[in-house]
Amino acid sequence: MKKLKVGIIGSGNIGTDLMYKIERSDALEMSVMVGIDPESEGLKRAADRGYVVITNGIEGLMEHIELVDIVFDATSAYAHKNHSDLLTAAGKKVIDLTPAAIGPFTVPPVNLTEHFEKDNLNMVTCGGQATIPMVKAISRVVPVEYAEIVATVASKSAGPGTRANIDEFTRTTAKAIEQVGGAKKGKAIIILNPAEPPIIMRDTVHALVEEEGKEEEIIASIEKMVEEVQTYVPGYRLRGVPQFDGRKVSVFLEVEGAGDFFPPYSGNLDIMTAAAARVANELAKQLAAAKA
Amino acid sequence: MKSRSFELLDVTLRDGSHAMKHAFTVEQIRQTARGLDQAGIGYFEVSHGDGLGGSSLQYGLSKVQELQLIEAAADVCENSKVSVLLIPGIGIKEDLQDAVKAGAKMVRVATHVTEADVAAQHIALGRELGLKTVGFLMMAHMAPVEKVVEQAKLFESYGAEVVYVTDSAGYMLPQDVTEKIAALKQSIGCEIGFHGHNNLSMAMANTVAAVEAGATYIDGSLRALGAGSGNTQTEVMVAVLERLGFNTGVDLYKIMDVANEIVAKFMQRPQEITGSSLIMGYSGVYSSFLLHTQAAAQKFGVDERDILVELGRLKAVGGQEDLIYDVAQQIALARV
Repeated sequence: MKKLKVGIIGSGNIGTDLMYKIERSDALEMSVMVGIDPESEGLKRAADRGYVVITNGIEGLMEHIELVDIVFDATSAYAHKNHSDLLTAAGKKVIDLTPAAIGPFTVPPVNLTEHFEKDNLNMVTCGGQATIPMVKAISRVVPVEYAEIVATVASKSAGPGTRANIDEFTRTTAKAIEQVGGAKKGKAIIILNPAEPPIIMRDTVHALVEEEGKEEEIIASIEKMVEEVQTYVPGYRLRGVPQFDGRKVSVFLEVEGAGDFFPPYSGNLDIMTAAAARVANELAKQLAAAKA
Repeated sequence: MKSRSFELLDVTLRDGSHAMKHAFTVEQIRQTARGLDQAGIGYFEVSHGDGLGGSSLQYGLSKVQELQLIEAAADVCENSKVSVLLIPGIGIKEDLQDAVKAGAKMVRVATHVTEADVAAQHIALGRELGLKTVGFLMMAHMAPVEKVVEQAKLFESYGAEVVYVTDSAGYMLPQDVTEKIAALKQSIGCEIGFHGHNNLSMAMANTVAAVEAGATYIDGSLRALGAGSGNTQTEVMVAVLERLGFNTGVDLYKIMDVANEIVAKFMQRPQEITGSSLIMGYSGVYSSFLLHTQAAAQKFGVDERDILVELGRLKAVGGQEDLIYDVAQQIALARV
């Protein structure tokens, strides 16, 4: 099978971590790392591993566009629109890891292949990737009137992009809780905790369901969904058991990362990059199958 | 008339929201706001306890939408101005724009003491909307002086006109307050504020220390109606600071009347220092965890103090109310 050639724009935490995930994907081939700071750790690592390194951003990539089939954008919501326009005009598939949300939301265990015909797929946010599978696990059993998620991440794992985009994070996550998670109304909260040693990413999902008395089915559905997420994020775990209080269901989670670029506490980076790599890998397989 | 020595900002209708389980009514807000206005308070705060957008399963749903409460408060004021709290990560810029339409004239943008850089866009918006714009460094006891100074400078660089040292856990002692406020006074150009909690019965002493070190904005709540054991008690603060020779600009009898004739009547319990709030002050836990900890202790049959000590050990920050239930469950599971 011919592998799809990958470009990554953004050599920060997310982009660099993603590079390692791409290396482990059977239908993808890491090709180009694009940054704007020649001294960045991510570009150095990409060069060391023998990939093409571009230091003048999207402009530089457009001059070597033949080197890529699919491009991941790990820059910022503000920069993404321009990147996406240029790349899709050149016929490339774009996977967006910023909260720009130009393309439809994709959360692998919920709607992996649903939007494959689109040129731009959005990966929601780290908090969304960690919690929307749980919202869906509940909403496929009983209608969810309202779901709210709380993502707590180590300060060290939240880079300048996340910090400058904090409103976009909450807005985009809330929207995806509705569109992908299936809740009628969604809300998202993010908390940064600077404790040393850094804390493992924690997520809590609170949902108000329309019908009481489905506890066993809900727990079974949640456990099944946890296993599905574990296929690409092995450190995704429930903490304790889901709690029921009238119509309220609360699910407590922690996400330990694979420790590729960042230490394992930063499950928030890991679940985002692992989900994006999973989507691209599946897309590559479908495209290959369609051509065959 | 002598000019005021400082601004005394009343937070009953925001911090008190925690103690009221976010169930303020329009009438309670209207009466309290009118009383504060007539007593000569310059600014008072109205929001969900966790700020704009705080109404949630995580912190408690507001009984009445906060925009209605803000509007009701602004409507009855002749001189006082309404402040709102905004915690980035919980509230968003649109919430602030809505609050301004409802009558807010000041915004206090709050972050954990080490995370000021998430607030740049919200502080800029506050200035753009013509609000008195304040940066609020929460859990200030958790960072050394140099860090507090560094973060205050960030707030100032984004456009904050006042930066607060906020003792969210009621952990600080007067010498900590003096040290931090004095260091800010030396290193930043904007005004400095102090917000205390009374978990160790230190709120008044800390407030006096803050004023003496140069703070020009100080917070209080009527009958100490705030999270944990509440804040510095506004009406007592007026009496104490007048005796120290300051001009608060607030009428003592009138502020006492709002506290005792209005606020005391709707309080759900007295603001005592209980075993739990004492442990919060002692181990440095965010004051608004109090009622959630009681609920979790009851649900899982564990000692509230064990939960609080563990939260302190885990270095929980403001907003992590979900961790309380997680910790309580883990303690219960470990026991069997």
